Amino acid sequence: MSPKKNRTVRERFMRSLSGYVFSAPALVLLFVFLLLPTLMALYYSFTNYYLLLPDQTEFIGIENYARLLKDKLFLRSLGNTFLFVGLVVPLQTITALTLALLVNQKLGGIRWFRAAFIAPVMTSMVVVSILWTFIYNPTNGLANAVLGIVGLGPFEYLTNPIQAIPSIVLMSVWQGAGYQMMIFLAGLQDIPEHLYEAASIDGASAWQKLLHITLPGLRNVIVFVGLITLIAATKLFIQPFVMTQGGPLDATKTLVYMVYEEGFKFRDVGYSSAIAIVFFVIVLVISIIQRKLLKETQES
Amino acid sequence: MRRYSHMQTILLYAVLLLLVVAFLFPLLWMIVSSFKNEAQIFADLRSFKAFIPTSFSLVNYRQVFTRIPFLHYMWTSVLYVTLIMLFGLLVNALAAYAFARMEFKGRDVLFSVVVALIIVPFESVLLPLYIVVDEFGWLNSYTGLIVPFIANAFNIFMFRQFFLNLPRELEESARMDGASILRIFFQIVVPISKPVFTTVGILTFITHWGDFMWPLIMTTDDRVRPLQVGMQFFFHQPPVQYGQVMAALTMATLPLLFVFIFFQRYIIQGIAQSGMKN
Repeated sequence: MSPKKNRTVRERFMRSLSGYVFSAPALVLLFVFLLLPTLMALYYSFTNYYLLLPDQTEFIGIENYARLLKDKLFLRSLGNTFLFVGLVVPLQTITALTLALLVNQKLGGIRWFRAAFIAPVMTSMVVVSILWTFIYNPTNGLANAVLGIVGLGPFEYLTNPIQAIPSIVLMSVWQGAGYQMMIFLAGLQDIPEHLYEAASIDGASAWQKLLHITLPGLRNVIVFVGLITLIAATKLFIQPFVMTQGGPLDATKTLVYMVYEEGFKFRDVGYSSAIAIVFFVIVLVISIIQRKLLKETQES
Repeated sequence: MRRYSHMQTILLYAVLLLLVVAFLFPLLWMIVSSFKNEAQIFADLRSFKAFIPTSFSLVNYRQVFTRIPFLHYMWTSVLYVTLIMLFGLLVNALAAYAFARMEFKGRDVLFSVVVALIIVPFESVLLPLYIVVDEFGWLNSYTGLIVPFIANAFNIFMFRQFFLNLPRELEESARMDGASILRIFFQIVVPISKPVFTTVGILTFITHWGDFMWPLIMTTDDRVRPLQVGMQFFFHQPPVQYGQVMAALTMATLPLLFVFIFFQRYIIQGIAQSGMKN
C-alpha cells in the first residue's frame, strides 16, 4: 500500500470516528431521556404497573385503553381539551394575524407597539395564571370592576363550570398572541413589495389587497401557525393546575392534567401511560397533517 | 409601503393604542398594585386609580422576602436554566456539525430518528422520565433538573440547517493546513455561527424559564425548587395577600424582561426563523 493511500484510509477512519464522537453525547441523552421513556410509556400502558407495588406488575393487554372508553372523567377531560383547542386556535391565530397586519405598517413608534404585544409572551405562564386568577376573582377582581363600569357582568369566570374554559382561553390568547404575531410578521415581510405596487396601479382597495395578495401569500405561514398553536393547546396544564385545580366540577380537567393526576396522585402508572399514549397519538396525527399540508403548499 | 391620509393614520394609531391598553393593563395593574396595601388595592379597583400608583410602599416586597426564600428560587432558576442552555449549545451543536459535515455509517438513519423525535411531546413521557431519573438517583437535584433537557432534537435540527449553509472553503483550507477537527469546529465554525448560537440559546432560555411540570413533580424541597414552582406554592399559601403576590410576580418577570430588552432583535429573529425553517 502506498503511503499516500494509507494516509487517506486513516483519515477516512478518523473522520468517521469523529462523526460518532461528535454526535454521541446528544444521541445518548436523547435515547435515555426521550426515546427510552417513550417506549416505556407504550409498554406500561399495557400493564397494571402501580408505583407502590412494582413487583406485582402484569401484562394486561388493552385493559387500560378499554377502561378509558368507560371513564367519564377521561371523556370529560378529552372534551375539555378539544373545547379549549377549538376556541383558542382560531381566536389566537386571528388575533395574531390582526396584530401582525397592524404593526407591519410603517408608522412612527411602531417598534414600541410591537414590544407591547410581545410583553405578555415574556411573562411565564405560571405568573400569568396567578395574575389572572386575581383579575377573574368574582368579588375582588379587576375584570368585574372594569366591566361593571360599562354596565356588564358580573361574571363568575373560573368559578363557573361553563365560563371557566372560555376564561382560560381569553387569558391564553392574551399571553400567546404576540408570539404568533412575530411569525406572521416575518411571513408578511417575505411577500414581494411589487405585488402591492402593481395592485395599487390597477386601483385595488386595501381590502382587495388583503384578500388577494396578503392572505394567499401567507397561506403557508397561517397553516404553520395554526398547527403549532394546535399542538401547544393540546398540552394545556399549567393554567387549570394553577387557577382552578381542574374544577369547578372537572370543567377544566385536561388530558395532560389526567396524566399528571393518575400518575403522581394515584400512582397508577399503567393507566396514566395509556392516557399519555392517547395524547401522544393526537399530537402525532396533528404533526403528520402539518407536514402533509406544508409539503403540499410548497409543491404547488 | 402604502401612504396614508391623516385621517387613516389617526385611526390606525387609535386602534393600536386601544390594543396596547388591552395587552398591557393586566401587567400595569400587577406592578402598580405591588406598591399598595390591600385596602388601597381594593379601594382603587373600580376606577382608573387601579392603574396609577396612589401610594408607594415597599412593605409587600419585604414581606415576600420574609415569607418565602424568593431570591433562592430565583437563583435556582437562573442557574439551572443557564446550565441547560450552555450544555445544550455545546452538545447539540456538536451533533449537528457531525450530521452536517461528517461522513459516518448510519448517519442519515440516526438523523432521521432525531427529526422524528422532534414530535414527541415531553408531557407524554413524564412518568417514565420520572422513573428513569429516579433510577439514576437524581430526584430533587440540579442534575435531575438539567441533564434530561440538554439534548434537544429541534435545536440539533436548527444548528444543522445553519451549518449546511456555511461555505465549506474555510473548513477545507484549515484542514489542508493540518488543523484537527476539534480545532476547526471551535476556532472556525463556532465564531462564524454566532447568530444561530445566540438564537438557539435565547429560545432555550425562554422555554426552560417557564418550565413548570417537571420541576413540580421532581423537586420536593426549597433547596432545588425553581421560581415557577415556588411562586405556585406561595400563591396557595395562606394568608393570600394580593399586594404581596403581585410583588413576587413583578420580581419574577424581571429576568426575562432584561433578556428581552437586551436581545430583542435575536428573539424576534429566532421566533420568526423557527417558524420559517420548519
